[in-house]
Amino acid sequence: MLYNEPSPLEVKVLTRRFAPAGPASLDTYLSTDGYAAFRKALAMQPGEIIEEVKASNLRGRGGAGFPTGMKWGFVPRSSPQPKYIVANGDESEPGTCKDRLLMENDPHQLIEGMMIAGLAVDAHAGYIYVRGEFRYLIEIVDRAIDEARQRGYLGKNILGSSFDFDVHTHTGAGAYECGEESALLESLEGKRGIPRIRPPFPAVVGAFQCPTVLNNVETFCAVPAILRDGGAAFAALGTPRNGGTRLFCLSGHVNRPGVYELPMGFNLLRMIEEVGGGVRGGKKLKAVIPGGSSCPVLKADECDLAMDFDTLAKAKSMLGSGGVVVMDEDTCMVQAALRIMRFYAHESCGWCVPCREGTLWLRKLLARFHEGQGTPTDIDLIGDLARNMLGRTFCPLGDAAAMPTIAFVEKFRDEFEAHLEGRSCPHG
Amino acid sequence: MGDLVKLQIDDKPVEVPAGTLVINAAKTVGIEIPAFCYYEGLSLQAACRMCLVEVEKSPKLMTACTLAVAEGMVVRTDTPQVVEARKSMLEFLLTNHPLDCPVCDKGGECELQDLTFRYGAGQSRFSEIKQHVPEQQWSPIVYFDAPRCILCYRCVRICKEGMGVGALGIINRGAPTEIAPNVGDHLECDECGMCIDICPVGALTSGSYRYKTRPWEMKHVGTVCAHCSNGCTTTLGVYDNRIMRGNNRDRSGINGEFLCVKGRYAFDFVDHPDRLRSPLMTVGGRFEEVPWSKALAAVASKFEEVKQRGGKFGVIGSTRTTNEENDCLQKFARGGLGTENIDHHRTGDLVTLLAAVRGRADALATTEDLYRRKAILVVGADLAQQHPLLAFQIRANWRHHQCRVYTVTRGPVREDSLSVLRVRAEEGGELAAVESLRDALKAEPELVILFGDAIQGSTVRGLVEFGDSLGIPVKYVCLLDYPNSRGAVEMGLTPRDETGLTLPEMLTSPDLDVLWVVGANPLKGASAAAAGAFVVVQDLFLTETAQRADIVLPAASAYEKSGTITSVCGEVQRLTRAVTTMGVKTDLEIFQWLAKLMQLDLEARPTVSGEAEIRTGLIRSAGDTLFTSGTLGRYCKVLNSLREAPGGLYQWTS
Repeated sequence: MLYNEPSPLEVKVLTRRFAPAGPASLDTYLSTDGYAAFRKALAMQPGEIIEEVKASNLRGRGGAGFPTGMKWGFVPRSSPQPKYIVANGDESEPGTCKDRLLMENDPHQLIEGMMIAGLAVDAHAGYIYVRGEFRYLIEIVDRAIDEARQRGYLGKNILGSSFDFDVHTHTGAGAYECGEESALLESLEGKRGIPRIRPPFPAVVGAFQCPTVLNNVETFCAVPAILRDGGAAFAALGTPRNGGTRLFCLSGHVNRPGVYELPMGFNLLRMIEEVGGGVRGGKKLKAVIPGGSSCPVLKADECDLAMDFDTLAKAKSMLGSGGVVVMDEDTCMVQAALRIMRFYAHESCGWCVPCREGTLWLRKLLARFHEGQGTPTDIDLIGDLARNMLGRTFCPLGDAAAMPTIAFVEKFRDEFEAHLEGRSCPHG
Repeated sequence: MGDLVKLQIDDKPVEVPAGTLVINAAKTVGIEIPAFCYYEGLSLQAACRMCLVEVEKSPKLMTACTLAVAEGMVVRTDTPQVVEARKSMLEFLLTNHPLDCPVCDKGGECELQDLTFRYGAGQSRFSEIKQHVPEQQWSPIVYFDAPRCILCYRCVRICKEGMGVGALGIINRGAPTEIAPNVGDHLECDECGMCIDICPVGALTSGSYRYKTRPWEMKHVGTVCAHCSNGCTTTLGVYDNRIMRGNNRDRSGINGEFLCVKGRYAFDFVDHPDRLRSPLMTVGGRFEEVPWSKALAAVASKFEEVKQRGGKFGVIGSTRTTNEENDCLQKFARGGLGTENIDHHRTGDLVTLLAAVRGRADALATTEDLYRRKAILVVGADLAQQHPLLAFQIRANWRHHQCRVYTVTRGPVREDSLSVLRVRAEEGGELAAVESLRDALKAEPELVILFGDAIQGSTVRGLVEFGDSLGIPVKYVCLLDYPNSRGAVEMGLTPRDETGLTLPEMLTSPDLDVLWVVGANPLKGASAAAAGAFVVVQDLFLTETAQRADIVLPAASAYEKSGTITSVCGEVQRLTRAVTTMGVKTDLEIFQWLAKLMQLDLEARPTVSGEAEIRTGLIRSAGDTLFTSGTLGRYCKVLNSLREAPGGLYQWTS
């Protein structure tokens, strides 16, 4: 199912099979080059597959942007342990809604991507971890898996080769932290969703203590196109070291919110204007969160930039998960900071002191502040507490809570000051 | 683990074995890196973030508790960034931590207090509302106050990993995370109290110690526990000559920081109201309190009279008296009274084992061996129930060194969960069951065999023959029940030749003239055949045996005297007197006074010939559980209030 009209500016590689009719069946998939990439990969050496993925400059689409080919290369192929492929479909980053569409509309693409990864690292079992709230998606993906099994695309000796592979779905139970790769593995193993001490990393010690390739759903979905058309072709769609296209989730105060597949490096202002149809109601742009709530906010005058990992990093923010949240002039930045902190305080797994206590303290502080009961020293305290969390937590959730908060206070200090002395919120 | 690694910590050169964690490497040069959740022996967490340090070439601060040393590493624990990090972690912890210090039992020995003084800020910047939930009581002795909890998870780990019980869990997520008990709103567990002692703050507190005193008011006396044979050091907190609590504060013993429910809570027999505080003499069929001089004179004169006419003595020694007392008693009996009728309540066939391995060095295992050796075989014993320290050592060995455990038992035991192979054997079938493990055991590089009271007499010899036939180094532990059961045997409280009567024989002997019972209760459920025997009893309480006595002499308990006792694995340890009780005398004082009255020279050691005669059917373990301790256990009120399932062992089902 489609939730928005496609844009003519899209470059539809991963989303080319998206159709109003719903999930692409196996027959539809096969008739549109489905499993052609897998056939090609069957004839390649594992090292060659990894080289092709490296050449594509594909970087993790879940948020961290780690080079995918390099990650696959870390798996010790010669290890006697079984290896696993795990797709991260936990999609809980506020502002993000792309992986659900990929699983809903083109589940076979995900399966094929995972199988190719299996060939690359000698893995024969895969898990698709789907967040628990996506109950309806589990059925769609399971049906695609059944189809593939029945027609010999999963199971033993696939397509007459000596390669076995099977995939299972697994649900989460409502925790954002289980999108963190090691916490996801803990949850997959039936334990509390607390991250693991790293090193060792999942590539070496992953699911069930075995070497594991763990990537975001969108990342796996890009793999068939890379194998089919070649890594260089995929890379050329983007910018240097930031290959290919990505699904951007445009939301907030725009006329045409939706999920759009655009080349890496697409200009953010152009995205808002030409793809999103401009800020709604004719209002002025105030701020944009470029890649999900964990990314530091950009002021309107900072938005004229290319949307890729490196450019955003240079701008002291992140490309993240592609959740582009547009905020107009009537948006209260203090409330935005509070809303985001409420999320992190609720989702903090509670394992480590600074995140558990820090997010709660900041939530209470920001709530009191937004109600007009803040004091001048509170503004600096907010930044101070966030800085005390930064880099000191057990996993990046603490950083994800701290960095946006610091950005809001630094970039919109005047808004914070306007809430002092019992004044009601200027934005009502 | 053999290579040494050179690194620098705060400009000091450090050289430690590869694999050492930075937090421990720092200790070798006297640098303390603070931590709450890191606890030696338990799994790593990196949750509290107190141990963050600067490491050259690392962009972020690193936790010293999970970082292994590397050649050339440069670590700094004294930079402004580290100071700021520690201050902020403490500030975060203190946001929801209630200001309970004035009413919290932990005050004065609280790690949060100590670290805040050392590394924290002087003032709080928190001006929001704290979250409060009421305190809960999870068992008669375990209280839990959630707001005080800093979620270091030491309690969860010690219970699950250390004890193998897993009665504490974690519920909820984020700031509302809480430690939770295993059955609804309460705990069903060993009640060992390890969780209370390991808690760095006052979240888990002891119900029996609550509000009694402050740690700095007590004198802490480390002595050896008076209950089972494992020989744990227990620290008795004494205030004004009263024992207020027992815990594991003195970690210098063979038990390290382990202590079970009896070591912690079963000290209250010392001032039980039924304690005998005056000698008693039967006058006209009733007990009358008499002065010591009168009572001892009566005993001495009776002993003298019976000795002169060549009458028959029966001496029953104790499994709880010191080695010095035991030696004195056996000299008194043999040299002073001229009798070989000396025995004690035997609970394991140590005598046969000693005979079977005579002359061999290294045939007997120490408590340390249970932690170090690569394979352990347990035959006919429920260690978690009756030998909790030995169980803890074996479990720690399995966790840290992956030792292999084999069990041959009548029913399920907690060690089944660690064992490589487990065999069930009815009584009498143990040797055959052990034989069935031959191939597996032969392949081990070494082995320690522990056996219970079901293995006696020729079965002991059979077991030793089996061990010898494996062709690998084998060490043995004969499991005994009481604190100085081993010392009773080694100091000679057993008849050495056929002329000497054993304990059951003394009871069935119709012509016994004197029955002298020291710290034992043989007439519980039994009676002496010699109705006319003169019975002298030295004990703490008016036990069944004391009730039949002609003269009762009130004795001091283990916590009221000095001397040495020998643990089941042979460690000879010193008792340190914690308190004194008016009116009692130590058994040694009684022996010496009697000897003086009878003008005996106890220093002249009689020669002892031959080995002890072993007759079957003599040896029975008392079958104590974690919540019982022979006759003494009856007088431990707190212990008796904790009985979960009478005689039942908490089952760890996962």
